[in-house]
Amino acid sequence: MIALSDVLILGAILFSLSVAGIFLNRKNVIILLMAIELMLLAVNMNFIAFAYFLDDIAGQIFVFFILTVAAAEAAIGLAILVVLFRNRHSIDVEDLDSLKG
Amino acid sequence: MGTEKILFYIFATVVVFGASMVITVRNPVRAALFLVLTFFASSAIWLLLEAEFLAIVLVLVYVGAVMVLFLFVVMMLDINLARLKAGFISYLPVGLGVAITMLVIMVMIVGPQNFGLEEYLAPVRHVASYDNTRELGGLLYTVYVYPFEIAAVILLVAIVAAIVLTLRRRPNTLHQKPEEQIAVKSVERVRKVKMRAEERK
Repeated sequence: MIALSDVLILGAILFSLSVAGIFLNRKNVIILLMAIELMLLAVNMNFIAFAYFLDDIAGQIFVFFILTVAAAEAAIGLAILVVLFRNRHSIDVEDLDSLKG
Repeated sequence: MGTEKILFYIFATVVVFGASMVITVRNPVRAALFLVLTFFASSAIWLLLEAEFLAIVLVLVYVGAVMVLFLFVVMMLDINLARLKAGFISYLPVGLGVAITMLVIMVMIVGPQNFGLEEYLAPVRHVASYDNTRELGGLLYTVYVYPFEIAAVILLVAIVAAIVLTLRRRPNTLHQKPEEQIAVKSVERVRKVKMRAEERK
Protein backbone atom coordinates (compact mmCIF):
# COMPACT_ATOMS: atom_id res chain seq x y z
CA MET A 1 0.00 0.00 0.00
CA ILE A 2 1.28 3.47 -0.87
CA ALA A 3 1.18 5.76 2.16
CA LEU A 4 0.17 9.39 1.84
CA SER A 5 3.55 10.42 3.25
CA ASP A 6 5.38 8.63 0.40
CA VAL A 7 3.71 10.77 -2.24
CA LEU A 8 4.06 13.93 -0.15
CA ILE A 9 7.78 13.30 0.30
CA LEU A 10 8.13 12.74 -3.44
CA GLY A 11 6.41 16.10 -3.97
CA ALA A 12 8.75 17.72 -1.46
CA ILE A 13 11.81 16.26 -3.23
CA LEU A 14 10.55 17.51 -6.59
CA PHE A 15 9.91 20.98 -5.19
CA SER A 16 13.34 21.20 -3.54
CA LEU A 17 15.02 20.02 -6.74
CA SER A 18 13.31 22.74 -8.72
CA VAL A 19 14.29 25.38 -6.14
CA ALA A 20 17.89 24.14 -6.46
CA GLY A 21 17.48 24.37 -10.24
CA ILE A 22 16.48 28.02 -9.99
CA PHE A 23 19.63 28.71 -7.97
CA LEU A 24 21.93 26.74 -10.26
CA ASN A 25 20.63 27.99 -13.61
CA ARG A 26 19.92 31.58 -12.71
CA LYS A 27 21.32 32.84 -16.02
CA ASN A 28 19.30 30.67 -18.38
CA VAL A 29 15.65 31.74 -18.65
CA ILE A 30 14.56 28.54 -20.43
CA ILE A 31 15.76 26.30 -17.60
CA LEU A 32 14.12 28.69 -15.11
CA LEU A 33 10.78 28.19 -16.89
CA MET A 34 11.32 24.41 -16.79
CA ALA A 35 12.04 24.59 -13.05
CA ILE A 36 8.74 26.43 -12.58
CA GLU A 37 6.97 23.66 -14.49
CA LEU A 38 8.60 21.13 -12.11
CA MET A 39 7.34 23.11 -9.11
CA LEU A 40 3.79 23.06 -10.47
CA LEU A 41 4.14 19.32 -11.02
CA ALA A 42 5.14 18.87 -7.36
CA VAL A 43 2.10 20.85 -6.23
CA ASN A 44 -0.17 18.82 -8.51
CA MET A 45 1.30 15.63 -7.08
CA ASN A 46 0.28 16.74 -3.56
CA PHE A 47 -3.22 17.67 -4.72
CA ILE A 48 -3.74 14.27 -6.35
CA ALA A 49 -2.38 12.40 -3.33
CA PHE A 50 -4.79 14.21 -1.01
CA ALA A 51 -7.68 13.73 -3.45
CA TYR A 52 -7.01 9.99 -3.37
CA PHE A 53 -6.47 9.58 0.37
CA LEU A 54 -9.31 11.84 1.49
CA ASP A 55 -11.56 10.36 -1.23
CA ASP A 56 -12.53 13.83 -2.42
CA ILE A 57 -12.37 14.44 -6.15
CA ALA A 58 -12.29 18.24 -5.71
CA GLY A 59 -8.51 18.00 -5.47
CA GLN A 60 -8.41 16.68 -9.02
CA ILE A 61 -10.52 19.63 -10.19
CA PHE A 62 -7.86 21.94 -8.75
CA VAL A 63 -5.15 20.06 -10.64
CA PHE A 64 -7.18 20.56 -13.80
CA PHE A 65 -7.20 24.33 -13.29
CA ILE A 66 -3.52 24.42 -12.35
CA LEU A 67 -2.71 22.57 -15.58
CA THR A 68 -4.74 25.13 -17.55
CA VAL A 69 -3.03 28.11 -15.98
CA ALA A 70 0.40 26.48 -16.31
CA ALA A 71 -0.17 25.91 -20.03
CA ALA A 72 -1.16 29.56 -20.47
CA GLU A 73 1.87 30.66 -18.46
CA ALA A 74 4.24 28.55 -20.53
CA ALA A 75 2.79 29.88 -23.79
CA ILE A 76 3.07 33.53 -22.76
CA GLY A 77 6.47 33.03 -21.10
CA LEU A 78 7.93 31.45 -24.21
CA ALA A 79 6.42 34.19 -26.41
CA ILE A 80 8.09 36.81 -24.20
CA LEU A 81 11.33 34.83 -24.43
CA VAL A 82 11.21 34.83 -28.24
CA VAL A 83 10.58 38.59 -28.35
CA LEU A 84 13.40 39.10 -25.85
CA PHE A 85 15.84 37.09 -27.90
CA ARG A 86 14.81 38.95 -31.06
CA ASN A 87 15.53 42.31 -29.44
CA ARG A 88 18.58 41.58 -27.28
CA HIS A 89 20.10 38.48 -28.97
CA SER A 90 20.60 36.88 -25.56
CA ILE A 91 18.56 35.10 -22.92
CA ASP A 92 21.07 35.68 -20.16
CA VAL A 93 19.32 37.16 -17.14
CA GLU A 94 22.32 39.41 -16.51
CA ASP A 95 21.82 41.14 -19.84
CA LEU A 96 18.30 42.15 -18.89
CA ASP A 97 19.16 45.28 -16.99
CA SER A 98 17.67 47.97 -19.20
CA LEU A 99 15.11 48.88 -16.52
CA LYS A 100 17.89 49.47 -14.01
CA GLY A 101 18.07 53.11 -12.98
CA MET B 1 5.84 -4.96 0.00
CA GLY B 2 3.11 -5.16 -2.63
CA THR B 3 3.42 -4.70 -6.38
CA GLU B 4 1.80 -1.32 -6.04
CA LYS B 5 4.49 -0.02 -3.75
CA ILE B 6 7.30 -1.44 -5.89
CA LEU B 7 5.79 0.27 -8.97
CA PHE B 8 5.47 3.50 -7.02
CA TYR B 9 9.13 3.41 -5.97
CA ILE B 10 10.30 2.65 -9.50
CA PHE B 11 8.38 5.57 -10.96
CA ALA B 12 9.36 7.86 -8.08
CA THR B 13 13.03 7.06 -8.76
CA VAL B 14 12.52 7.92 -12.43
CA VAL B 15 10.82 11.20 -11.45
CA VAL B 16 13.65 12.23 -9.13
CA PHE B 17 16.30 11.19 -11.65
CA GLY B 18 14.57 13.11 -14.46
CA ALA B 19 14.13 16.22 -12.34
CA SER B 20 17.75 16.25 -11.21
CA MET B 21 18.92 15.84 -14.82
CA VAL B 22 16.67 18.73 -15.91
CA ILE B 23 18.44 21.11 -13.56
CA THR B 24 21.99 19.88 -14.20
CA VAL B 25 22.45 19.08 -17.92
CA ARG B 26 24.21 21.66 -20.06
CA ASN B 27 22.04 21.42 -23.13
CA PRO B 28 18.51 22.92 -22.89
CA VAL B 29 17.21 20.43 -25.49
CA ARG B 30 18.29 17.56 -23.26
CA ALA B 31 16.77 19.31 -20.26
CA ALA B 32 13.44 19.52 -22.10
CA LEU B 33 13.63 15.82 -23.00
CA PHE B 34 14.37 14.88 -19.38
CA LEU B 35 11.39 16.99 -18.36
CA VAL B 36 9.29 14.86 -20.72
CA LEU B 37 10.59 11.75 -18.93
CA THR B 38 9.65 13.28 -15.58
CA PHE B 39 6.13 14.03 -16.82
CA PHE B 40 5.69 10.48 -18.13
CA ALA B 41 6.78 8.93 -14.82
CA SER B 42 4.57 11.25 -12.79
CA SER B 43 1.58 10.45 -14.97
CA ALA B 44 2.22 6.78 -14.12
CA ILE B 45 2.17 7.70 -10.41
CA TRP B 46 -1.10 9.58 -10.94
CA LEU B 47 -2.51 6.41 -12.52
CA LEU B 48 -1.55 4.52 -9.34
CA LEU B 49 -3.46 7.18 -7.36
CA GLU B 50 -6.61 6.69 -9.47
CA ALA B 51 -6.44 9.99 -11.31
CA GLU B 52 -6.70 8.43 -14.75
CA PHE B 53 -8.12 11.42 -16.61
CA LEU B 54 -5.50 13.83 -15.29
CA ALA B 55 -2.72 11.34 -16.00
CA ILE B 56 -3.68 11.17 -19.66
CA VAL B 57 -4.19 14.96 -19.75
CA LEU B 58 -0.67 15.39 -18.39
CA VAL B 59 0.71 13.29 -21.22
CA LEU B 60 -1.44 14.85 -23.96
CA VAL B 61 -1.30 18.51 -22.90
CA TYR B 62 2.08 18.72 -21.23
CA VAL B 63 4.19 16.31 -23.21
CA GLY B 64 2.21 16.77 -26.40
CA ALA B 65 1.83 20.53 -26.44
CA VAL B 66 3.78 22.45 -23.82
CA MET B 67 7.02 20.49 -24.07
CA VAL B 68 6.91 20.54 -27.87
CA LEU B 69 6.53 24.31 -27.60
CA PHE B 70 9.55 24.39 -25.30
CA LEU B 71 11.56 22.31 -27.75
CA PHE B 72 10.57 24.55 -30.66
CA VAL B 73 11.66 27.68 -28.79
CA VAL B 74 14.91 26.11 -27.56
CA MET B 75 15.81 24.99 -31.06
CA MET B 76 14.88 28.33 -32.64
CA LEU B 77 17.11 30.38 -30.37
CA ASP B 78 20.82 30.43 -31.01
CA ILE B 79 22.14 30.37 -27.47
CA ASN B 80 25.69 30.75 -26.25
CA LEU B 81 25.74 27.78 -23.86
CA ALA B 82 29.19 28.33 -22.38
CA ARG B 83 28.26 31.78 -21.19
CA LEU B 84 24.96 30.63 -19.69
CA LYS B 85 26.59 27.85 -17.73
CA ALA B 86 29.29 30.09 -16.23
CA GLY B 87 28.87 30.36 -12.49
CA PHE B 88 27.12 27.00 -12.21
CA ILE B 89 29.72 25.73 -9.73
CA SER B 90 29.77 28.90 -7.66
CA TYR B 91 26.00 28.77 -7.14
CA LEU B 92 26.10 25.06 -6.30
CA PRO B 93 26.70 25.31 -2.50
CA VAL B 94 24.00 27.94 -1.98
CA GLY B 95 21.48 26.11 -4.14
CA LEU B 96 22.13 22.74 -2.53
CA GLY B 97 22.04 24.28 0.96
CA VAL B 98 18.70 25.98 0.40
CA ALA B 99 17.21 22.91 -1.28
CA ILE B 100 18.35 20.48 1.42
CA THR B 101 17.14 22.77 4.21
CA MET B 102 13.74 23.07 2.52
CA LEU B 103 13.58 19.32 1.96
CA VAL B 104 14.44 18.52 5.59
CA ILE B 105 11.82 20.96 6.90
CA MET B 106 9.13 19.66 4.55
CA VAL B 107 9.91 16.01 5.31
CA MET B 108 9.70 16.78 9.03
CA ILE B 109 6.16 18.05 8.40
CA VAL B 110 4.85 15.58 5.81
CA GLY B 111 6.82 12.54 6.98
CA PRO B 112 5.33 9.21 8.07
CA GLN B 113 4.80 10.39 11.67
CA ASN B 114 2.10 12.84 10.52
CA PHE B 115 0.83 11.44 7.22
CA GLY B 116 1.69 7.74 7.48
CA LEU B 117 -0.65 4.81 6.92
CA GLU B 118 -1.74 4.90 10.60
CA GLU B 119 -3.00 8.47 10.28
CA TYR B 120 -4.39 8.24 6.75
CA LEU B 121 -5.63 4.77 5.85
CA ALA B 122 -5.29 3.89 2.20
CA PRO B 123 -8.82 4.10 0.75
CA VAL B 124 -10.52 1.07 -0.75
CA ARG B 125 -9.89 0.79 -4.47
CA HIS B 126 -12.86 1.65 -6.66
CA VAL B 127 -14.54 -1.12 -8.61
CA ALA B 128 -13.50 -1.70 -12.20
CA SER B 129 -16.61 0.02 -13.58
CA TYR B 130 -15.75 3.26 -11.76
CA ASP B 131 -15.24 6.03 -14.28
CA ASN B 132 -12.91 8.80 -13.13
CA THR B 133 -13.58 10.92 -16.23
CA ARG B 134 -17.35 10.76 -15.68
CA GLU B 135 -17.00 11.75 -12.02
CA LEU B 136 -14.70 14.62 -12.86
CA GLY B 137 -16.92 15.83 -15.68
CA GLY B 138 -20.02 15.61 -13.52
CA LEU B 139 -18.45 17.87 -10.94
CA LEU B 140 -16.73 20.17 -13.43
CA TYR B 141 -19.86 20.98 -15.45
CA THR B 142 -22.11 21.54 -12.43
CA VAL B 143 -20.41 22.85 -9.27
CA TYR B 144 -17.31 24.25 -10.96
CA VAL B 145 -18.89 25.51 -14.18
CA TYR B 146 -17.98 29.19 -13.67
CA PRO B 147 -14.30 28.48 -12.83
CA PHE B 148 -14.29 26.20 -15.87
CA GLU B 149 -15.48 29.04 -18.11
CA ILE B 150 -12.92 31.41 -16.58
CA ALA B 151 -10.25 28.83 -17.40
CA ALA B 152 -11.48 28.84 -21.00
CA VAL B 153 -11.19 32.64 -21.10
CA ILE B 154 -7.67 32.45 -19.64
CA LEU B 155 -6.64 30.06 -22.41
CA LEU B 156 -8.15 32.40 -25.02
CA VAL B 157 -6.24 35.35 -23.55
CA ALA B 158 -3.05 33.27 -23.60
CA ILE B 159 -3.56 32.44 -27.29
CA VAL B 160 -4.15 36.09 -28.19
CA ALA B 161 -1.22 37.27 -26.05
CA ALA B 162 1.20 34.75 -27.51
CA ILE B 163 0.23 35.65 -31.08
CA VAL B 164 0.30 39.42 -30.49
CA LEU B 165 3.66 39.26 -28.70
CA THR B 166 5.42 37.31 -31.42
CA LEU B 167 3.77 39.05 -34.39
CA ARG B 168 6.43 40.92 -36.33
CA ARG B 169 5.70 43.73 -38.75
CA ARG B 170 8.50 44.69 -41.10
CA PRO B 171 7.91 48.17 -42.52
CA ASN B 172 9.89 47.78 -45.77
CA THR B 173 8.45 44.58 -47.15
CA LEU B 174 5.79 44.43 -49.82
CA HIS B 175 2.56 42.83 -48.70
CA GLN B 176 -1.10 42.70 -49.57
CA LYS B 177 -3.71 44.61 -47.61
CA PRO B 178 -6.63 42.17 -47.40
CA GLU B 179 -9.04 44.68 -45.89
CA GLU B 180 -8.64 47.02 -48.84
CA GLN B 181 -8.89 44.14 -51.29
CA ILE B 182 -12.16 43.01 -49.77
CA ALA B 183 -13.63 46.49 -49.53
CA VAL B 184 -13.03 47.30 -53.17
CA LYS B 185 -16.09 47.80 -55.44
CA SER B 186 -16.44 47.13 -59.11
CA VAL B 187 -16.88 50.87 -59.81
CA GLU B 188 -13.37 51.53 -58.60
CA ARG B 189 -11.80 48.99 -60.93
CA VAL B 190 -13.87 49.10 -64.15
CA ARG B 191 -14.71 52.39 -65.87
CA LYS B 192 -17.42 52.58 -68.50
CA VAL B 193 -16.66 55.04 -71.26
CA LYS B 194 -19.13 56.21 -73.85
CA MET B 195 -17.56 57.01 -77.22
CA ARG B 196 -18.22 56.77 -80.91
CA ALA B 197 -16.96 53.84 -82.86
CA GLU B 198 -13.81 54.74 -84.68
CA GLU B 199 -13.38 54.22 -88.35
CA ARG B 200 -11.09 51.47 -89.44
CA LYS B 201 -8.02 52.75 -91.24
